[in-house]
Amino acid sequence: MKVEEIDVDNEVGEVSEILSQNEKTKGILIHVLQQIQEDMGYLPDEVLRKLSKKLNIPLSEIYSVASFYKMFHFKPRGKKVVRVCLGTACYVRGSKKVLNMLENEFGIKSGDTTEDLTMTLETVGCVGCCGLAPVATINDNVVGEIIGNKKLEKLIDDIRE
Amino acid sequence: MTIRIRFHADCEVLKGDFSMVRLENIEALKNLRISLVNSEYRPDRKTIKVCCGLPCSTLGSHEVADALQKEVSKLSQDIRVVRTGCQGLCQKGPLIKIEPEGYFYKKVSSDKAEDIISSATLSNIPVRELLYRDSFLDEPVLLQQEVPFYRKQLKVALRNTGNVDPFSLNDYIASGGYRATEKMFSSMSPDKVLEEVKKANLRGRGGAGFPAGVKWAHCKKAPGKIKLVIANGDEGDPGAFMDRSVMEGDPFSLLEGMLICAYAIDATYGFIYVRHEYPLAIKTLKEAIKQAEEAGLLGKNILGSNFDFYIKIKEGAGAFVCGESTSLVASLEGKRGFPSPRPPRLSEKGGGAWGYPSNLNNIETYACVPPIIENGADWFLNIGTESSPGTKVFSLAGKVRNTGLVEVPMGITLREIIFDIGGGIIGDKKFKAVQTGGPSGGCIPEQYLDLPVDFDSLSKVGSIMGSGGMVVMDEGNCMVDVAKFFLSFTQAESCGKCPPCRIGTYQMLQLLEKITSGHGEKGDIEKLERISGLVKRGSLCGLGQSAPNPVLTTIKYFRKEYEEHVYDKFCKANVCSIGAFWIDQEVCILCGLCKQVCAFDAIKETRKSFLIDRDYCTKCKACYNVCPVQAVKAVKPKYIQIEEEFEIPIESLEAVEIKSSMFLKDILQSKPYEIITINKERTIADAVELMSQKNVSGVFVVDEDRKLVNIFTERDIVRCLHKNISSKEPLSNLPERDITIFDPSTSISSAIAVATRKKIRHLPVVEKAEIKGMITYRDLVSYLLPEIAFTTIKKYQ
Repeated sequence: MKVEEIDVDNEVGEVSEILSQNEKTKGILIHVLQQIQEDMGYLPDEVLRKLSKKLNIPLSEIYSVASFYKMFHFKPRGKKVVRVCLGTACYVRGSKKVLNMLENEFGIKSGDTTEDLTMTLETVGCVGCCGLAPVATINDNVVGEIIGNKKLEKLIDDIRE
Repeated sequence: MTIRIRFHADCEVLKGDFSMVRLENIEALKNLRISLVNSEYRPDRKTIKVCCGLPCSTLGSHEVADALQKEVSKLSQDIRVVRTGCQGLCQKGPLIKIEPEGYFYKKVSSDKAEDIISSATLSNIPVRELLYRDSFLDEPVLLQQEVPFYRKQLKVALRNTGNVDPFSLNDYIASGGYRATEKMFSSMSPDKVLEEVKKANLRGRGGAGFPAGVKWAHCKKAPGKIKLVIANGDEGDPGAFMDRSVMEGDPFSLLEGMLICAYAIDATYGFIYVRHEYPLAIKTLKEAIKQAEEAGLLGKNILGSNFDFYIKIKEGAGAFVCGESTSLVASLEGKRGFPSPRPPRLSEKGGGAWGYPSNLNNIETYACVPPIIENGADWFLNIGTESSPGTKVFSLAGKVRNTGLVEVPMGITLREIIFDIGGGIIGDKKFKAVQTGGPSGGCIPEQYLDLPVDFDSLSKVGSIMGSGGMVVMDEGNCMVDVAKFFLSFTQAESCGKCPPCRIGTYQMLQLLEKITSGHGEKGDIEKLERISGLVKRGSLCGLGQSAPNPVLTTIKYFRKEYEEHVYDKFCKANVCSIGAFWIDQEVCILCGLCKQVCAFDAIKETRKSFLIDRDYCTKCKACYNVCPVQAVKAVKPKYIQIEEEFEIPIESLEAVEIKSSMFLKDILQSKPYEIITINKERTIADAVELMSQKNVSGVFVVDEDRKLVNIFTERDIVRCLHKNISSKEPLSNLPERDITIFDPSTSISSAIAVATRKKIRHLPVVEKAEIKGMITYRDLVSYLLPEIAFTTIKKYQ
């Protein structure tokens, strides 16, 4: 989404008739940030500055909101984002082993990106596939029942390819 | 293994499926339903329902559906293939249901499509290999409702999930959707609707169980013309996925429920707050809203009633605390998701989004509303218990055989859910506890398995119903570790606004870390309880107030386990990296994996075994995890103290290993040894003098050719004295006897066995008539002393 093209009223929808201009611009802030991140992969500083001017919201406030939510990132991210589910069901079925294995294999800690930007390793609370625990996601693809070395190696290959 | 999950809307077939005329009035809706039921959605039409919920999609159900559609298009038969939402039994996916017969297939792969179609069209006999069976030996079960997993279930909130195509409004209408709306617009005033919901005593399914009707009335009473209806789809509890199933599998139910609520409290705007981890739910809901608006079931002048209602989806951005009502509103307004003090409540002026009174309910609560209006409050009151009528959806996960989504009437016992529906514990292990209500809930131990489940009974035992996550744990789970897991979740998700939650949960986590890493001290458990109480009382919002629940309930019911961690440094379930590790030699298959995997060289290899050197061991559990036969065992450190008491160095334990496989010659070679002989013509006195000189207890008696004739030992002296034999007698005059001669290649253990049986203490070792040396009982014992200590360790177990 181009910052210049934001149409505030359209984004807010019908409810805009009961909101003030300030409430409207703030109301769409999270949505706009999500769109920017979807396009660019992260929230670059210069885009946020432009957004601040466009929506008339102080830059500090934009950062305040963006840094609160876990999904926003201020640094470039790896091509493949691997999320290991540490939800309860996955945890009791051994997802920690999966995480440790990936950390060792790629030499990064959870939350980091490899230097060549191939992959970012993260943990996630629950992806809702508890029936297939332990689960990891590579971008939007879900890999389930990662039990045993064979499946782990397959997972690593999938990340590398 | 990686499977691209496709969204319904990506499928070409479905894109052209929808063409909707705006319904101008109730009559039009009724006519549409009648025409749908008589044509496309005839009840007797052959329909193949493929579960395309997220878990089944992961297992490839879209490929199955594609294959089925391809097969169908080849035939001229009238068969409908539907991609439905979650059918529940996620573990056995992809699932398929054949209507109208109701055949239920599990674990279907796309190469079975041909069989399924031909069985459905030709013989009408189900495909036997795909039917559900409890075990390999059991007869297969034909119908879905006969499968044990479904037998005790009763679907209210999930009545359509898994039965209708979530992307088709027509399907929803044909299966009875919007009947409640019809009834409401044609014969019920807003107050009547409110009364009905109040009478049904529908309690909030989001966790706290606050009666929805009371909430609605409160919101309706609030001053101001503008009211909002908000649906809470920020299902952040790990292990809970029922809201997602409703949003993805039956979005129109949610829309209808919200519409009824809006009508009752006279609201014009609605929001569905969905967490961003559920992209498919967002997509489904967006499509559903679009279709409902086109059909005139949402938006301006709904069904010609002059009632307007708009719904907008708001995506969350990944913050667990936003499931809390005031934080959710803050996030809705585009602010940081901080909770705020109540009152004002959401339903009061100044409390809701942008200050407008708002009614916030859980997704499942809204999904329960249409059937209540349609069938009346009395119907709903007949289900469940007196204080908690209706049903509740649980997402059953953890160590049960059948994981998945279950909807059961309130008042069912935990045992029925876990053992009858869930099929019991995987691997027939022992049940330990069930965790309900996610990170805000608590663990319920075995003694409460027969507890009827409703809002009040669960809170009585210290847990909560919560959003309905139900994670089953067996004896392989450590309760301290489980508490630590939940706390680390809430600690990380604490928004940081109020110190009791921010600092308190951190301190609690530190204490739990300390206990699970084996550094627990006396008083830690009490400290944990004290801080829990403070966090509970001092926190601003529900997150902090309920965060100590997992810790408190595990301490309450599993205090012994905590004490073992603190005092004995021992984790019964072998989850925490404490205790002392030890290799059971009887189980060990000598594969050597433990030695390979140990990063600290703590595993010593001897010729016949592996041993763990506890001075080097960091308790990383790598060996424990890698051992294919579970020979590495964790024991309480005090059991191993015997080694330390005897101060037996690890080297001598190794030596024992070598020695137990040694031979008599090894003993002879291992120490300087002199062969002391005496000629048989010498006297007894000479022999005694020689023994005394050399300080030995026995000598060899030989002839001129140095051939062994006899041995003369201390015991012989006793015999001589007893029989009054003169010491001047030559040794050859002693009474004849058989002496046992040992070969140097005799193993030590068999030598000991012979010596013990024959009650001899001196073992002459002779090889080819040549004397090699004398081994005494003392030699053997001194060799075996460390081994005696070593075997004692085992005895202690």
